[in-house]
Amino acid sequence: MPIVFLPPPLLALTGGRASLEVEGATVGELIENLDRTWPGLRDRLLDGGRLRPHIRVAVDGRISPMGLFEKVSPASEVHFVTAVSGG
Amino acid sequence: MSDRPYEVIGTRPVRHDGADKVTGRAKFGADVRLPGMVYGYVLRSPHAHARIRRLDTTRAEQFPGVLAVVTAADLPESPDRPVDLVEGTLPLRYVRANVLARDKVLYKGHAVAAVAAVNRHVAEEAASLIEVDYEPLPAVLDVLGAMREDAPRVHEDLRMREFGETTERAGNIAEHFRFVLGEVEPSPTGEGLVPKGFADADVIVEREFRTAMVHQGYLEPQNATALWNQDGRVYVWTSTQGAFSAREAIAWVLDLPVSRVCVYPMEVGGAFGGKIRIYLEPVAALLSRKCGRPVQIVMPRRDVFEATGPTPGTVIRVKMGARKDGRISAAQVWMAYETGAFPSGQCAFGAMCILAPYDIPNLVIDGYDVVVNKPSTAPYRAPGATQAAFAAESVVDELAEKLGMDPIEFRLKNAAREGTRRADGPKHARIGCVEVLEAMRNHPHYRAPLEGQNRGRGVALGYWFNIGWYSACTISVNPDGTVNLVEGSVDLSGTRTSIAMQAAEVLGLRPDQVHPVVADTDSIGPTAVTGGSRTTYATGWAAYEAAHDVIRQMKQRAAMIWDVEPAAISFERGVFRTGERTMTFAELAARLEETGGPVIGRGAVNPASAGGSFAGAIADVEVDPGTGKVRLLRFTSLQDAGRAVHPTAVEGQMQGGSAQGIGWALFEEYAWTAEGAMANSSLLDYREPTALDVPPIETVIVEVPDPEHPFGVRGVGEANIVPPPAAIANAVYRAVGVRLRQLPLKASALVDALRAREN
Amino acid sequence: MRRAMVRVQTTVNGQPAEFLCEPRQSLLECLRDILGLTGTKEGCNDGNCGACAVIMDGRLVNSCLVLGVEAEGRTILTIEGLARGSELHPIQRAFLEQGAVQCGFCTPGLILATKALLDRIADPSEAEIRRWLANHLCRCTGYDKVVRAVRQAAAELKEACR
Repeated sequence: MPIVFLPPPLLALTGGRASLEVEGATVGELIENLDRTWPGLRDRLLDGGRLRPHIRVAVDGRISPMGLFEKVSPASEVHFVTAVSGG
Repeated sequence: MSDRPYEVIGTRPVRHDGADKVTGRAKFGADVRLPGMVYGYVLRSPHAHARIRRLDTTRAEQFPGVLAVVTAADLPESPDRPVDLVEGTLPLRYVRANVLARDKVLYKGHAVAAVAAVNRHVAEEAASLIEVDYEPLPAVLDVLGAMREDAPRVHEDLRMREFGETTERAGNIAEHFRFVLGEVEPSPTGEGLVPKGFADADVIVEREFRTAMVHQGYLEPQNATALWNQDGRVYVWTSTQGAFSAREAIAWVLDLPVSRVCVYPMEVGGAFGGKIRIYLEPVAALLSRKCGRPVQIVMPRRDVFEATGPTPGTVIRVKMGARKDGRISAAQVWMAYETGAFPSGQCAFGAMCILAPYDIPNLVIDGYDVVVNKPSTAPYRAPGATQAAFAAESVVDELAEKLGMDPIEFRLKNAAREGTRRADGPKHARIGCVEVLEAMRNHPHYRAPLEGQNRGRGVALGYWFNIGWYSACTISVNPDGTVNLVEGSVDLSGTRTSIAMQAAEVLGLRPDQVHPVVADTDSIGPTAVTGGSRTTYATGWAAYEAAHDVIRQMKQRAAMIWDVEPAAISFERGVFRTGERTMTFAELAARLEETGGPVIGRGAVNPASAGGSFAGAIADVEVDPGTGKVRLLRFTSLQDAGRAVHPTAVEGQMQGGSAQGIGWALFEEYAWTAEGAMANSSLLDYREPTALDVPPIETVIVEVPDPEHPFGVRGVGEANIVPPPAAIANAVYRAVGVRLRQLPLKASALVDALRAREN
Repeated sequence: MRRAMVRVQTTVNGQPAEFLCEPRQSLLECLRDILGLTGTKEGCNDGNCGACAVIMDGRLVNSCLVLGVEAEGRTILTIEGLARGSELHPIQRAFLEQGAVQCGFCTPGLILATKALLDRIADPSEAEIRRWLANHLCRCTGYDKVVRAVRQAAAELKEACR
């Protein structure tokens, strides 16, 4: 199962668990499934059904601009990270 | 060579816009000339922090030759909301407030009002007639001072965000975040976290570093020409890194639908991150709306320094422990970045990079973004990372020395690899950290003897991301067998060519047979900003896709002519083939009209980020102990380019980034008066490196292809600026035995330190 | 209110040129805003960046520090006047072939500075090149490829003189 790593602010919702195994084929599905076990997670990550503006999702080390639609594999690691641009 | 399977990629053609750039024909923003155009001038605050009690523009409006005057009262007042400004998310009210100050001025140089007149002298004279009654307020200028609870507040309404959530804490700390890896425990004071692993360490080094605010220093001042057309559309000609990001920001500030704004990206005379944000564009547009004519504003150099850029000054504390076997066991970092008048988020970027070159089992990074009464900071080439690397790479150097290890061997022992977890969580993808370090170790420069008194050699390593992001590109086939390539990426340094080369490679054409055009926002699909080392990577990828789309359509045409299935046709090195029959690309291009009309390929991509780029620097210095002057004797820059599409352009990026890093190391800083005015706002007093200050910069392109990109490209625009300051500081130490922990490495500070050691 | 205008007769890029300007207008402004020669760039307007360099009566000057009225009776070469018909000048070609151009904003000044240098010293050393170019800021290139371009141009021009 893919592993989702949560940023520190969300740990209060998961009893301090920083990484969670969860079913899903896309980042969006992972978040929906997480929210079933840990209610409130979705609203902290999403705003109006989309990732909050300053949050990006990294799947297997690559920051994906596809956000919720990014596909994940059973071996994937998913992180929510600060949006980076550059100079 | 077998590892060079390409015809075009890796060659060095003369760039497509070359003739325009050397004949003066290239059109930069200030070169725009429109019928009836008038000139604007922006009145700016003389105070670092003041309330605007009264603003009276009557006399300016009555001045002969004046056509319009605008103030913040002319900006729309739509509801506040967060807007994504490429380099971070800011409330819209802050974006508007930086364009024209409403109630308070927050830094010296903050725009207050603007005048349009028949020429710029008249506009400037008229602006001086605008009466502003200021109530000066105490200014916060020092990042540590600004963090204190009792410090004057830059914004009354700012609340600290902590770990992603807005708190009730008012003050100047915009954001506190923390990255944690491995095992940690509460700090002795109970206020924070400390990593475990220092107990295992045989040596521990803990130091504090400061870096000065510096400017991107591009030669072309900000400019904007705007026409608020009588049909309600706004046309803007400007010097921007992103036509589409500028379009969005202009539309937000003016409360217009994006489709009512068209941005013509002009040639850009240097940007380095400083031309992402908008400054003059909405002001010129408002002036144009008032007077019905196109309005051009060009910033005086003083305003460029006082009101655009710069990049944050910092205080960074690094503690690292290592064992005798050379492995780093723990690291703790505390970093505070001054964001200027508005939050910027650059501290987080610095925190994501500061330990990225290393595999460290336990670490804690606490970062603070702090607002102060200085210009609103903007990204500068690998934003936040250079300051961070100066601190971390100085400590790493000291650890290596204390362990008696070669500084490159020590870094290699701890180097990040594919799968190493970064401080911000994700694991590194395929990266070239080890390969860059090995190239440094094996380079003749590192092995060459360095003899003579007061001479020393230093090394350092730096990391920066490659963002992916969206790009659009179309390719239309000309009947003569060439193609036109239309792209949305502003060309800052020759990316027309590095993108065209990727299309040429697919199409079997010479680079000069691809004619690239950078289009305005009405004429091409949305394309993200030229920044984040993304353009050759992502827009090159879009060109690759568009070229393949062309080939796919051309095969259908060939299939029609030969009466075979398209699948039966191959295309290689510019030749379509089925069985014994062949047609060159040019032969088929001449037959498009009779086989269905034009062929237009499209490429639209939004790729994930690449694994990032590592850069190393080797610096030899000679220190004059009497004057503190540091002379660079030799400098080598090494960088992982993934695959160098145009090696000359890659070298140019490395040399340019190195020279900027050298300036940051040795000369550049904002000097402040006690009242918070920049004391050196000219190119005489703000010392950018000249041809005399930098030695020939040797370059080594390391190629560890990015496995996802069709050609293995990594962006190369940024990481090269990261290591030079630390490398030079480390070299100074090895030359005279003194470690300076403040940028720039000022001659006076060096003399003081040498004297202090003697006493 | 009309300001007094001064009539200036001069020679620009080999052609007689005549314009009216205010006494306070710099040569840079006159070239760009009156004569439409926008190849000359304004980087600082106070003589510290070299982007506005032009050659006046054979001498390299920062046109932001020269008044338009001072152009009276002089001969001025700007970047627009360097190419020979449809052929680039060897200095222009060298800048392209060596990759000495990135953003291109300082390029007109650097190319004219190179011309002024090579008119004076046909075969300058690297130190002489760097000293001469030190009045011209370039933020993009780190100067390395610029110096190489000057050396290439020097070699080619010497060859052509032979």
